Amino acid sequence: MPKDSGIGTSPKRREDIRFLTGNGKYTDDINLTGQSHAVFARSDVAHGKINHIDISAAETMPGVLAIFTGEDFADVGGNPAGWLINSRDGEPMKEPKRPVLAYGKVRHVGDAYAAVIAETVLQAQDAVEAIKADITELPAIVDMEAALAGGGFVHDEIETNQCFDWGWIEDNRAATDAAIKAAPHVTTLSLVNNRLVPNAMESRASTADYDRGTGDYTLYTTSQNPHLTRLLVCAFVLGIPENKLRVVSPDVGGGFGSKIYHYGEEALVLAAAKKLCRPVKWTASRSESFLTDAHGRDHVTKIELACEKDGTFIAFRTDTMANVGAYLSNFSTVTPTFLHGTLMAGNYTVPNVYVNVKAVFTNTAPVDAYRGAGRPEATYSLERVIDKCARELALDPIELRRKNFIKPDQFPYASAAGLEYDAGNYDALFDKLEGIVDFGGFKARRAESEKGGKLRGLGINSYIEACGIAPSNLVGILGARVGLYDAATVRVNATGNISVMVGAHSHGQGHATVFPQVVSEMLGVEENSIEIVHGDTSKIPFGMGSYGSRSLAVCGSAVVRATEKIINKATKIAAHMLEASESDIDFKDGKFSVSGTDKSVAFGEVAFKAYVPHDYPHDELEPGLEETAFYDPANFTYPSGAYACEVEVDPETGKVTVESFTAVDDFGNVINPMIVTGQVHGGIGQGIGQALLENCTYDENGQLLSASYMDYAMPRASDLPFYTVDHSCVTPCTHNPLGVKGCGEAGAIGSPPTIVNAVVDALHSGGHTHVTHIDMPVSPARVWSAINS
Amino acid sequence: MLNITMKINGKAVSGTVEGRTLLVEFLRNDLHLTGTHVGCDTSQCGACTIHVNGIAVKSCSMFAVEADGASIDTIEGQENTDGSLNKIQQAFQDHHGLQCGFCTPGMVMAAADLLQNTPTPTEAEIRNHLDGNICRCTGYHNIVKAIMAASGQDVSAIAAE
Ligand code: FES
Ligand code: FES
Repeated sequence: MPKDSGIGTSPKRREDIRFLTGNGKYTDDINLTGQSHAVFARSDVAHGKINHIDISAAETMPGVLAIFTGEDFADVGGNPAGWLINSRDGEPMKEPKRPVLAYGKVRHVGDAYAAVIAETVLQAQDAVEAIKADITELPAIVDMEAALAGGGFVHDEIETNQCFDWGWIEDNRAATDAAIKAAPHVTTLSLVNNRLVPNAMESRASTADYDRGTGDYTLYTTSQNPHLTRLLVCAFVLGIPENKLRVVSPDVGGGFGSKIYHYGEEALVLAAAKKLCRPVKWTASRSESFLTDAHGRDHVTKIELACEKDGTFIAFRTDTMANVGAYLSNFSTVTPTFLHGTLMAGNYTVPNVYVNVKAVFTNTAPVDAYRGAGRPEATYSLERVIDKCARELALDPIELRRKNFIKPDQFPYASAAGLEYDAGNYDALFDKLEGIVDFGGFKARRAESEKGGKLRGLGINSYIEACGIAPSNLVGILGARVGLYDAATVRVNATGNISVMVGAHSHGQGHATVFPQVVSEMLGVEENSIEIVHGDTSKIPFGMGSYGSRSLAVCGSAVVRATEKIINKATKIAAHMLEASESDIDFKDGKFSVSGTDKSVAFGEVAFKAYVPHDYPHDELEPGLEETAFYDPANFTYPSGAYACEVEVDPETGKVTVESFTAVDDFGNVINPMIVTGQVHGGIGQGIGQALLENCTYDENGQLLSASYMDYAMPRASDLPFYTVDHSCVTPCTHNPLGVKGCGEAGAIGSPPTIVNAVVDALHSGGHTHVTHIDMPVSPARVWSAINS
Repeated sequence: MLNITMKINGKAVSGTVEGRTLLVEFLRNDLHLTGTHVGCDTSQCGACTIHVNGIAVKSCSMFAVEADGASIDTIEGQENTDGSLNKIQQAFQDHHGLQCGFCTPGMVMAAADLLQNTPTPTEAEIRNHLDGNICRCTGYHNIVKAIMAASGQDVSAIAAE
């Protein structure tokens, strides 16, 4: 009989009710008594020397309570990078200070150099207008190649614009070079992984409160990881004792990476709240979000694939410049390195891999992890060059991939890029894909399109990602400055219902529904009697939040471990109640029974006994039924997938239409198929956005040209098709208790190359065989130019 | 400052606003009807969609004073009288048409407007109608599907969830 609850079922999301009725509580929905408002003065030049900031006129404006400039924070710490990356020569990366407010210099358009706190937003805005900033504009450093060539510096004190020059794996460099030199065939591709703006629909917001009586701070903020934000603010920036700051991230309207990081605005409202002893609120406008949220991608890459004439891969060599923008955001140094370079062996048994990444400071907004974070960049480079190689050797693109796949009996597999893949079956994914997509009918569909004057292309792709971030031991060796475990507390209340406090943070992922499915399965209690608590450092154990498709693989594992501890203790209590030995107690379907008898007690009765311990083994057990577990993963998890799409290209206009899109993914075990499917849909939507529409563009003066929804093409409903999604190919993760791998980023990783491969295929079918590549976004103008070049 | 009165979700309300106060600001900040969201500053995202005199309007594109005397519906007034979800809201839940929930109030209000005028819309009509509503989470698949379902169409053939 199919199950109707627990693991593997799709209960409706309980959190939906409040969102559908307007009862969600996002940060900007929270208003505190007596609150004042912060508005920031932001640089309108990309690079400038601050001579003087005159606030005298602004200070006397109506409603103004305080004005801060960079000098007010000159003595506090900088917002740090979370990973130390060493260059190939062993030199540590350059880490210029990232201050709360700019002083000395402004380094990108939108860089905040002052903040006004006033009674109302409008008064604060008016006062910002009255600040007189004497800033001498300097030549903007925008292009990465020019930045590396020198001239001016974004940070004068480091006397270079290169943050690091990283090699992975440096010891493999010579062998890879030699293999490429000697190879019978080498395919080379230069490409750009276009810069994106994450654009969570809720813009960032932060409201701080300070209690003069107790010295306690509270920060309501749009964060994917409230404990990480607290740690950064306390230990690195403001020096507030951690136990004096409570960080609450309530409902959060999407993150996609951009809300992992600590931003200066959070520190500013905290400092201002203390100074004024009043709550201080700030909400970003969309324009501010475009200018100051951490952007994503922005790689310029050359990749070479060396192979035998029959297509057997010999080596992949990648040379990348990665833009980190004007300041190092918290994950900006790991994203283009370990989250990118370690995936450059893909799903393949290639023996030689070498990756070189130069990270470059420019006068643009910081760039950091955005959905997929490094892995979309890896997959795009690899799968585009493989596609090009297949064309050059006249091999079928699926066959070429299959020929080089790691086979199921080769796991665990040590990849040439330094990871140990624990499980996977890439051929099975393609078998499934070939079962779903009618590849045989493609010719006829192409002919049909041609009748309408359109070119039809078929794109296929495979990917692997490393998720479930991350084993602390390993990342510690690689330079991480934090651990990447997670934590959960399971509190069984006296009346038998359950609160589960988790370190993961849901900003759309559905934890409130999924985590109870796991606990319910283990304890045999109703899902609806289990409540998830998250997003408040005063309520939850210290956890690292949600990103890198880690919530279920890491925090879900902590939930399992804590629930196991509950079962352990409850078994002891039950043994006492049933006057039996603990080893004779069976626990099944929410009932403890003495094996071989009809004696039993229900879970709820045991819980009640734990809290009303009148007749209780006090010498052996403490009262209460609450357990915490911290879980540190043994390895990354490795989701993988096989994707296909068909596009139609209008050769007259260059417009690309996605006709169909199929994603077959192996996420290991699936807890809630409905939610997993939704995550894949969202990822594909963003991936198609990157491939066809989105482009974050600065001009040569460092002005952001795509700073609103009128200039930055967000995917809309009419740009996207229905998708076919399958996750029935399952190789469970071997090292976490649920056998899960994570599904949040897959779609965004797997889809961009699928689309571009299809567009190139379409153009070739139309005889435009000179087109081997078009950079994303594959806009009508670019396609048209490629056809007519 | 100007005095205004209007009907919101069937109830008469009044307030005092500056000439430059946007309708969405009046709803959120003065009336604490925070279900209507603000996702942009260029009237592009649709998170602020409400109904003014029965027609879908982006409430960031109107001054509060322009709504003086109007009859307004917001997401807070969409449930059935017994407090249950209305058919559009229910379809969004049934078909997982929302993730972070931020675009959702605007989507529901836009969908209601569509179904008023086009009771059985095609996929293309739905997608076109949602052109002014951006969702970053769902890739739109389940939103379109939910609206088709809410209009009584059989959506079982649309790729699985
Ligand atoms: S807030 Fe009104 S359209 Fe974006
Ligand atoms: S559900 Fe998050 S923006 Fe639509």
